[in-house]
Amino acid sequence: MSTQHNDWCSEFLTRVIAAGIPVTHIEKSTFDIWQINAYDWQQFAEFAHHEGLRWSAGWAEQRDAQYLVNACFEKQGSYIVLRATLDEAAAELPSQATVYPAANRSERHTHDLFGVKFTDHPDPRRWVRHQAWPEHSYPLRKDFPAAGYPEAVTPPDMNYPFIKADGAGVYEIPVGPVHAGIIEPGHFRFQAVGELILNLEERLGYVHKGIEKIAEGRTPESLARLAGRVSGDTTVGHAWAACQAMEQAAEISIPPRAALLRGILAERERIANHLGDMGAICNDVAFIFAQVHFTRLRELWLRSNAKIFKSRLLMDCIIPGGVSCDILEADCIVVREDIKRLRKELDQLIPALDLNTTLEDRLYTAGFLSEPIAAAFGALGYVGRASGQTFDIRRDAPYSPYDKVAFKVAAENQGDIASRFWVRYKEIIAAMKLLEQFMQQLEPGELTTPWQIPTAGAEGLGIIEGWRGEIISFVRFDSGNTIARFYPRDPSIINWPALEKLVLNNIVPDFPVCNKSLNGSYSGNDL
Amino acid sequence: MFRILKKTLTTGMLTERFKFPKDAELEQLGIEIKQQIDRRFSGSLAIRQVDAGSCNGCELEIHALNNPYYDIERFGIHFVASPRHADILLVTGPVSRHMQTALLRTYDATPNPKWVIAVGDCAVCGGEFGESYASCGKVANVIPVDVTIPGCPPSPLVLMSGILGLMKG
Ligand code: SF4
Repeated sequence: MSTQHNDWCSEFLTRVIAAGIPVTHIEKSTFDIWQINAYDWQQFAEFAHHEGLRWSAGWAEQRDAQYLVNACFEKQGSYIVLRATLDEAAAELPSQATVYPAANRSERHTHDLFGVKFTDHPDPRRWVRHQAWPEHSYPLRKDFPAAGYPEAVTPPDMNYPFIKADGAGVYEIPVGPVHAGIIEPGHFRFQAVGELILNLEERLGYVHKGIEKIAEGRTPESLARLAGRVSGDTTVGHAWAACQAMEQAAEISIPPRAALLRGILAERERIANHLGDMGAICNDVAFIFAQVHFTRLRELWLRSNAKIFKSRLLMDCIIPGGVSCDILEADCIVVREDIKRLRKELDQLIPALDLNTTLEDRLYTAGFLSEPIAAAFGALGYVGRASGQTFDIRRDAPYSPYDKVAFKVAAENQGDIASRFWVRYKEIIAAMKLLEQFMQQLEPGELTTPWQIPTAGAEGLGIIEGWRGEIISFVRFDSGNTIARFYPRDPSIINWPALEKLVLNNIVPDFPVCNKSLNGSYSGNDL
Repeated sequence: MFRILKKTLTTGMLTERFKFPKDAELEQLGIEIKQQIDRRFSGSLAIRQVDAGSCNGCELEIHALNNPYYDIERFGIHFVASPRHADILLVTGPVSRHMQTALLRTYDATPNPKWVIAVGDCAVCGGEFGESYASCGKVANVIPVDVTIPGCPPSPLVLMSGILGLMKG
């Protein structure tokens, strides 16, 4: 743990205790647990907010007749997990969403699945629950069977209390869940005047697949596979985060070669997704030339993935204890040539885009997310970095192999779609440099560390910079090497609410490009 | 503008000049698909893709069918925005219970004659997610399925042979 961590952490701890909030402090190797009383939950958030801590993730778990409620905070690359223990009979605590808007949907998710009540919540409507289970039934409780009690046909969620707006000329546009393209399902409700968006409300949860529930009882290998399918475009990121958490619980560390390979896989995933997104953003403003070239470059990149790692999307390459794939000397040559070609192609493409008036006209100033709003929501990854939030775990809380490389975090500060576009470009450039450094550091060696069965109750927290930003993955083991609890927090969970803000005062036809510039995962959000 | 033209000219026609070993296979597939579409669908086949609960991996590969290497439209296959315009529904994912009614309605909105292709392990057999309180499992548990394309996710080439399989079947 860094000395910096101890600095603000221990001072902060002293102040919190002095203010009359008792804290039991449990030090872990990579994160600290601060156990507090449930009734101090909200007051702690106020302190934390004042101290400049970022609210990063929230989840609960049931252990015997108790619920443990957790909230993860970060400052200067150090993480603390705040924890309160509730008795089954009195499962409530004051909401942190009044202080941290980022906690809003997360607490609603916890309520819908555990029945833990967050009092004074600013928006106590249901969130992930539609009609697949009844109101007073909570799927993540231990007495709720994974099979549930489904009806033959689950009815649509007709009566969700959407926010209403009225006034002269105000009208509503409902869109989805089935959209007009090849995209994931979700519902958007616009209130507009003429073409101008007055309000957008997202209604997600359509692809809720019960990932947290079906994780229970799995083996580590099986959990890694499931984690790799939390959001298919982030298979490397989520598998890594889950494996990192499991490895912490098992108290093993992976071999250096495996860490470098994970880094190579993660940066390859980042580049593939950014290429796809840059093309899609251009496509949404009808600049087909760029879309054709970016999809072409992405395809070439995926073909190399298939050639080297036997999987175009890099599914199942990361396993507990290490990696299931290797990279030969000949493959390194392929990667280096790929990088050389990609650089050359981008050098040709980027000036053509930079000078293009269509793009300038459509992408600049559109979809503006201000720095204060980005900070308030704790926006992550390229969304945060385009609005002045430069946090990047690879630099600020580096894990192996990022602890041994030089690396510059891409940033822009205009907050518009163009900024999010250019951050992606800069991240591609930075990722190529990282790939080169990782390959240079490769030494012959093991690909996995033998697994050790974790003690019953052992827990771990994986913290990985996925291509969308920070991924937090919590794992607790039962006895016999099985999973008791898995909670993956995809960056989309944090970033989705920012979309409701950045579309305001844009015109309805610009919604697709605004949406693409943020590109939240529906699957990663709904779990 | 000059840069755009230059890049376009120097990149050339990718769809006809394949450099990858499998491309002969792709061409062959494409020609067969085109023949079947000409014969059975008067030259054009409209597909509506429905994500009924996927992890989005399958969508990425379906998207790739439109990139310049596969360019599936040249064989007469077009992805349409409404089920009312579709001959085929391409359904991915285990069907989440929250999407069950939406999928049923999309199926009903597709005019007869219609076919359903279940894409990806999840759609074919439930995959990693199976059946649960939140998931109906495979697509065939919700609507009739004509052809299945396994894979997690199936590659663009596998997708193309699956579509051909439907027409030959
Ligand atoms: S088959 Fe694989 S890629 Fe497709 S939705 Fe299922 S898990 Fe995702």
